[in-house]
Amino acid sequence: MYPRAFDYVAPETKQEVLDILAERGGEVKVLAGGQSLIPMMKLRFASPGTLVDINRLSGLDSIDIQNGHLRVQALARHSDVVRSDVVAAENDAMASAAPWIADPLVRNLGTLCGSVAHHDPEGDWASVMLACDAEVVAESRDGGERVIPIAGFLVDMFTTSLQPTELVTEVRVPRYRRGGGNYQKLERKIGDYATVGVATHLELDDAGSISNAGIALTSVYAHNLKVTDAEQALVGNAPSVELFAEAARIAAAACDPTSDVRGSAEYKRDVVRVFTERGLTASLAAAQG
Amino acid sequence: MTTTQHHHAPITTPEVGGIGHNVRRIEDDRFIQGAGNYLDDIVLPRMLHMVLVRSPLAHATINSIDTSAAEALDGVVAVVTGEMLAGYNLAWMPTLSGDTQAVLATDKVRFQGQEVAAVIATDPYVARDGAELVMVDYEPLDAIVNPMQGLEPDAPIIRDDLEDKADNVAYEWEAGDAGATAEAFATADRVVTIETHYPRSHPSPLETCGVVADVSPVTGQATIYMTSQAPHAHRTVFALVAGLPEHNIRIISPDVGGGFGNKVPVYPGYVVATAASLVLGAPVKWVETRTENLISTGFARDYYMKGELAVTAEGKILGLRVDMVSDQGAFYADAQPTKTRAGLFHIVTGSYDYPAAHVTTKGVYTNKAPGGVAYRCSFRVTEASFLIERLVQNAAYELGMDPAEFRKRNFIQPDQFPYHSPTGFVYDSGDYETALDMAMDMIGYEKLRAEQARARAEGRLMGIGIASFTEVVGAGPSGEYDILGLKMFDSAELRVHPTGKAILKLGVKTQGQGHETTFAQIVAEELGIPATDVKVVHGDTDNTPYGLGTYASRSTPTAGAATSMVSRKLRSKAREIAAHLLEASPEDLEWEVGAFHVRGSPESSVTIQEVAFAAYTNHPPGMEAGLEGVHYYDPPNMTYPFGSYIVVVDLDSGTGEWKVRRMVAVDDCGVRINPMIVDGQIHGGLAEGFAMSNMQWITFDEAGNCIGSNFMDYLVPTAWETPRFELGETVTPSPHHPIGAKGVGESATVGSPAAYVNAVIDALAHIGVRNIDMPVLPDRVWQAIRDHAE
Ligand SMILES: Cc1cc2nc3c(=O)[nH]c(=O)nc-3n(C[C@H](O)[C@H](O)[C@H](O)COP(=O)(O)OP(=O)(O)OC[C@H]3O[C@@H](n4cnc5c(N)ncnc54)[C@H](O)[C@@H]3O)c2cc1C
Repeated sequence: MYPRAFDYVAPETKQEVLDILAERGGEVKVLAGGQSLIPMMKLRFASPGTLVDINRLSGLDSIDIQNGHLRVQALARHSDVVRSDVVAAENDAMASAAPWIADPLVRNLGTLCGSVAHHDPEGDWASVMLACDAEVVAESRDGGERVIPIAGFLVDMFTTSLQPTELVTEVRVPRYRRGGGNYQKLERKIGDYATVGVATHLELDDAGSISNAGIALTSVYAHNLKVTDAEQALVGNAPSVELFAEAARIAAAACDPTSDVRGSAEYKRDVVRVFTERGLTASLAAAQG
Repeated sequence: MTTTQHHHAPITTPEVGGIGHNVRRIEDDRFIQGAGNYLDDIVLPRMLHMVLVRSPLAHATINSIDTSAAEALDGVVAVVTGEMLAGYNLAWMPTLSGDTQAVLATDKVRFQGQEVAAVIATDPYVARDGAELVMVDYEPLDAIVNPMQGLEPDAPIIRDDLEDKADNVAYEWEAGDAGATAEAFATADRVVTIETHYPRSHPSPLETCGVVADVSPVTGQATIYMTSQAPHAHRTVFALVAGLPEHNIRIISPDVGGGFGNKVPVYPGYVVATAASLVLGAPVKWVETRTENLISTGFARDYYMKGELAVTAEGKILGLRVDMVSDQGAFYADAQPTKTRAGLFHIVTGSYDYPAAHVTTKGVYTNKAPGGVAYRCSFRVTEASFLIERLVQNAAYELGMDPAEFRKRNFIQPDQFPYHSPTGFVYDSGDYETALDMAMDMIGYEKLRAEQARARAEGRLMGIGIASFTEVVGAGPSGEYDILGLKMFDSAELRVHPTGKAILKLGVKTQGQGHETTFAQIVAEELGIPATDVKVVHGDTDNTPYGLGTYASRSTPTAGAATSMVSRKLRSKAREIAAHLLEASPEDLEWEVGAFHVRGSPESSVTIQEVAFAAYTNHPPGMEAGLEGVHYYDPPNMTYPFGSYIVVVDLDSGTGEWKVRRMVAVDDCGVRINPMIVDGQIHGGLAEGFAMSNMQWITFDEAGNCIGSNFMDYLVPTAWETPRFELGETVTPSPHHPIGAKGVGESATVGSPAAYVNAVIDALAHIGVRNIDMPVLPDRVWQAIRDHAE
């Protein structure tokens, strides 16, 4: 690969990273897994003046339970999520989505935090995080730690509310008592971004009614889309085939896909409907199982 | 993988490793240990690096090119433009189909990615920085992105460089008998029609194209390392283009990381690097990026085909009519034999016997990259085979017959060979029904049809698709086949050294097909010298006999035959030497692989190794010393491999996705030299066929921008999505090839796409679906279901 020239620093402590971000700000890019940044540099679409490589930091690669949340730290790789017993036990939507991210080679390097920070509208993790009401934890030298709800973090495609001086240290999702989730993805081959992706998450109360619901869509809107109307249609009701079909109709109406080589807008919209139904059915089965 | 076999026991021992042995690939030792030597591994002292500036537009006039900023960049040595090349008469070059192609554009650009300038620098990073600084002022023109547009009366003329060119037609050509075909259609009970586009795809070898040109301004010696499937033909083209004396040109094609036809054409980068090396007096390296390879080098297919089959109510085919329009891109840069402008597309009559066929073809210039012959396709046979196999399935549906039964009613029968096809081929041998029966047996055809009936009743979609293809490979007989006038023979030179070890030099050039093993096995078969004692040399024009190269599945039919023939020449001489050693007359000697003995007294024998030693130490008086020879083989006919493939798919009606449940492939390529290598070739082709049917195409927007310029958008299946293959084989030797072999490198790419597509169509046939163009993408399936829902 032949990118434009750039400076490269690989500090060993978080403090040094935060210092560099504080001092050089906008011209610096954090290098995590490099699976989005490096391809853009290769094509010269991105030409950062400085790369600050965070891969030598220690103590930043955990996936664990902290304060009622399942947390994924900045250097936890997609493949760590795939293999994590904690994820498997705690969050079905994440466990279901992880094997759909990219291919095994990319998963060995790419990070969940990097994916959320990058906010590619075709990225899968942002949808899962929207469905699960995640929070992003960011840190800067002068501002300290900040907790940002995911909906406020994801501003628009390739745009987040992260400041140039901030490092994402973790992404976390609340634990739930009785619930289930799922991720449906249509891709043309392994390693492909989604033609359509649908993340679903359901929580049930003791009576078996839906107490919390999350639905978010990938690749069918200018950014990952949380379908609040469909979520609200579910909450407070007993799950049923008709109810799920109604939520699926709302989701299909809410998206705004474009026609391209992957298919017509009409087609993608219908797949959103099919996937939302399938995803909710699978989420319910997981919640009841 | 399971394999069902019908072949004969080898006559050599495993130690000798002649025909029929799964000798482990000799070349793999170096490949799997990272000791291969590919083009980009070549580093010469003082070597400079070249990067091409390419057109961002599909069609535009060039107003001016400003190279000053690039030239001012530290490390940039030179910037080359077409205007400079014109000074050496090198701005244009011939294509292998006899057209011309711009080396660096001077007047206008004709496709996105076309070569416009070259920046040469001391390192490849600076060369790229410099390329960004070359300022080209373009005046955009309307782009023609498909041949139908190109044929419109008021379409802009793309090739205004050609004298008196008033349209966008690259060639027109026909085959067969129009009158007889019209008669057949007049008497038919039914005419079955299909119109389909075989989309543009790209072979995308893992190693992109490149060159290291090292021309001495002092001696005039040009040593050109090049990713070439046809080094000798390329040397001659270089001599003609550059005016360099041919004895001073040495083309070395080192280890090649996949070709598939992509490394047959001569690319502008090769020519510019060579000219630059001559002018600058230093070696110049140019290696394409992935994107450059995908957007500018030899693509494949892009055929718009209309086929009509005239049939009787009883299910007999009476005739075939085909009209084809091909998208050739901006230059007609196929590599087609002079006499057959659409290659061997007229093999489109397939495995079936009927008296009449007529094929009309038209090649059209468009504002897209040139090429067309690549991707394991023997001269457009892939498109032909696809069309007929799609047509016969639809004919069966229209007649309410099973597609297997319809094929069997129309197969050419074993006693009809040599079979004269209505478009002029003479099929050498075949037994089509046996192959289809084997495939049906392996897959459990009747059971699957029963399951399909149940599935339909339950609303589940599954389909069974067949392709019973016939290929034509091994170009070719010198009377019919040439490239730029060069006859399509091929050659082998064999030297047996005093200690009985041999070196075999070939005019063809492997790109992964395993020639270093397969050809050594032919020598082992003919002379009894162990295959591992035979070194195969190829790819260096100074050290190998002339040949036309490796593509179109031609190496075994031509150079394989030459290897056999030269080995036999040596065996005749060996017999004389053996007679001398055994003090017998040559006629009294008997040959049993590896040794001669006197008839009736087996104890009186000499081995081939002893004979070889004697050839240099004790040769008969009056005989030339040594044991070596060369043979140029001019094949009497093409070879006609065939097979029957059956695919079972399950289809998700919600998303339109389809998954291959099973894929059975029965191939008959005549005698199999190394069955393991043959299986590998078939696996590769079946995977490529799956790619084209399922996901792979290069598309363009209305402005001629290439969508699919990297591996995120141009899809190559991985082991994950590639189906599991079950192979079977029958062996019907070629009657005219010295060892009965036929080519096999392309069979599966040619035969399999129709099998996959037929399976998907079969899943939807009951609702009336008859065609979905490739690639059969989920959205197209979904749309077809919608269009046919009551
Ligand atoms: C072949 C291929 C296929 C892919 N397929 C998919 C797919 O199917 N689905 C999918 O969702 N993704 C896919 N991806 C993208 C992949 O998931 C990336 O790993 C992910 O988008 C980015 O994570 P990263 O750690 O590699 O980030 P990097 O590439 O290192 O960085 C991406 C961006 O985020 C910023 N960043 C990263 N980490 C931090 C941090 N801790 N703090 C602040 N800023 C940060 C960087 O500065 C940069 O701007 C694919 C990538 C490739 C190469």
